[in-house]
Amino acid sequence: MIDRDDVLHVARLARLRLSDAEADRMTGELAKILEHVERIGELDLDGVPPTAHVVAVEHELRPDVPGPCLSREAALAQAPATQDGGFLVPSPQAG
Amino acid sequence: MSDVRYEPVIGLEIHVQLSTRTKMFCACPLSFGEPPNTRTCPVCLGLPGTLPVANAEAIHHGLMIGLALGSQLAARSIFHRKNYFYPDLPKGYQISQYDEPLCSGGRLGEVRIHRVHLEEDAAKLTHVGASGRIHGSDASIVDFNRGGTPLAEIVTEPDLRSPEQASEWLRLLRTTLRRLGVSDVNMEEGSLRCDANISIRPTGSDELGTKTELKNMNSFRFIERGIRAEIARQEQLLRAGEPVVQETLHFDPRTEAITSLRSKEEAHDYRYFPEPDLPPVTITEAMLERARAGLPELPLEREQRLASELGLNAESARLLSWRSELGDYFEAALAAGGGVESQPLANWLGELTTRAGGEDPAATGVEPAQLAALAALVSSGAVTQGAARQVLDRMVAAGGGDPAAIVEAEGLGAVGGADELAPIVRAALEANPDVAEKLRDGDMKPIGVIIGHVMRETRGRADGKEVTAIVRAELGLGG
Repeated sequence: MIDRDDVLHVARLARLRLSDAEADRMTGELAKILEHVERIGELDLDGVPPTAHVVAVEHELRPDVPGPCLSREAALAQAPATQDGGFLVPSPQAG
Repeated sequence: MSDVRYEPVIGLEIHVQLSTRTKMFCACPLSFGEPPNTRTCPVCLGLPGTLPVANAEAIHHGLMIGLALGSQLAARSIFHRKNYFYPDLPKGYQISQYDEPLCSGGRLGEVRIHRVHLEEDAAKLTHVGASGRIHGSDASIVDFNRGGTPLAEIVTEPDLRSPEQASEWLRLLRTTLRRLGVSDVNMEEGSLRCDANISIRPTGSDELGTKTELKNMNSFRFIERGIRAEIARQEQLLRAGEPVVQETLHFDPRTEAITSLRSKEEAHDYRYFPEPDLPPVTITEAMLERARAGLPELPLEREQRLASELGLNAESARLLSWRSELGDYFEAALAAGGGVESQPLANWLGELTTRAGGEDPAATGVEPAQLAALAALVSSGAVTQGAARQVLDRMVAAGGGDPAAIVEAEGLGAVGGADELAPIVRAALEANPDVAEKLRDGDMKPIGVIIGHVMRETRGRADGKEVTAIVRAELGLGG
């Protein structure tokens, strides 16, 4: 069962700031979603391997052949800020 | 308590950039110093609506590594998302592997392998300090050329017991990977990066202490020094009755300072889940066959062959196999023929390597066949050890050369036979009557004086054993 602390923890990991009211609402909503998912546990799944994919795609690998790249202008086109040909971002070290 | 002795327990995590042509999940060519952000596409920039597709060659490289390390190769392997926020990671997650890695278990030399998995490299961040364009914060510049480069992460079991052992083993791993041809394995350029998990425990204990992770040491020297500094730090804590805290650390080679890298609440909460955009990788028999067929002779196999088939001593066999460039030079010299014997040739290669400052002997310009010719001159008795060293000095100084011609030109040929040597020996005995007296009485200790005299007279061109024999004959001492 998910509680308010779990919600705040996940919010922090996702860099989300929740108000008290939002944290309460999320706790309720997430609890309901998880409850729903937990109903799968009612089924007898012994011997059924876990799966992450609904479609069985076999052997979908790419040959190691270079393709075209974006121009630097195109790559940087939507950056909020750029400098010296790169994306300018707040330093992660500044916390 | 203060007399407790501690032993370090060390495991390594090694990241190697695979030398494929394109990135792990997109067709961008790998970058070798191109201008920033010129090797990107919507996939490796993490733009919405794009789909990654795994590079078959990266899987092949991974399988070769697994085979070389004797790992169990998964029949089916899946990718996971490792979630965290950092500006070098445009998607907010790194595609990596979690509980179904490509290779599990294995061993290289005395160290067990825990696993080998594939993942994508992060982009490169350059910290630029205060910037007017980003309000109230220091800024960094992101270059996504490196982002998405295929990486193999090799994780060992905690089987290493000293900083020296760790760096020596890492050299063996590097040579193994280089022989496989799966990576440039250049630490300075970052194609081989090493983290160390370090803990200490009372010697003899079977339990593991709390470990710390020392990040990204980019030379063999820093690895040894970093691990040594962290062991000392932990020992100091334990002796003061304080606990070691599990954390990620950074070693600054300039100051030897160790600092904490990440805050605890963030650490290792990556919420891995299977990557829905990538189907499981099925390893087919054809893929395995191709990987097996591509395996070269590996350093440990070479070591065994050099020892058992060529009769090299253990030290030479190890040196020549753990450093491929030495082994390759040696085998080229041996193949040049001239009837040179293996062990003397290995010893002469050692002499040449010393003259190359411990680096690649080929850089001296002395060709393998020329070194073999020199070794053969010594073996046949045409040149003495001492004179041959002088010949080698001249060969190195000239960037190569025919040793026989140098011997001829410099008059460095061995002074051989009683006819030539006997008069010189007689003169030496006459010049040192006290020594001659002792020798005559059967006290052979001061014979070095006579040999030294003869060597001076002949500029090292006489054979010590032959001189000794002539001394005995001259003094009537018998064989």
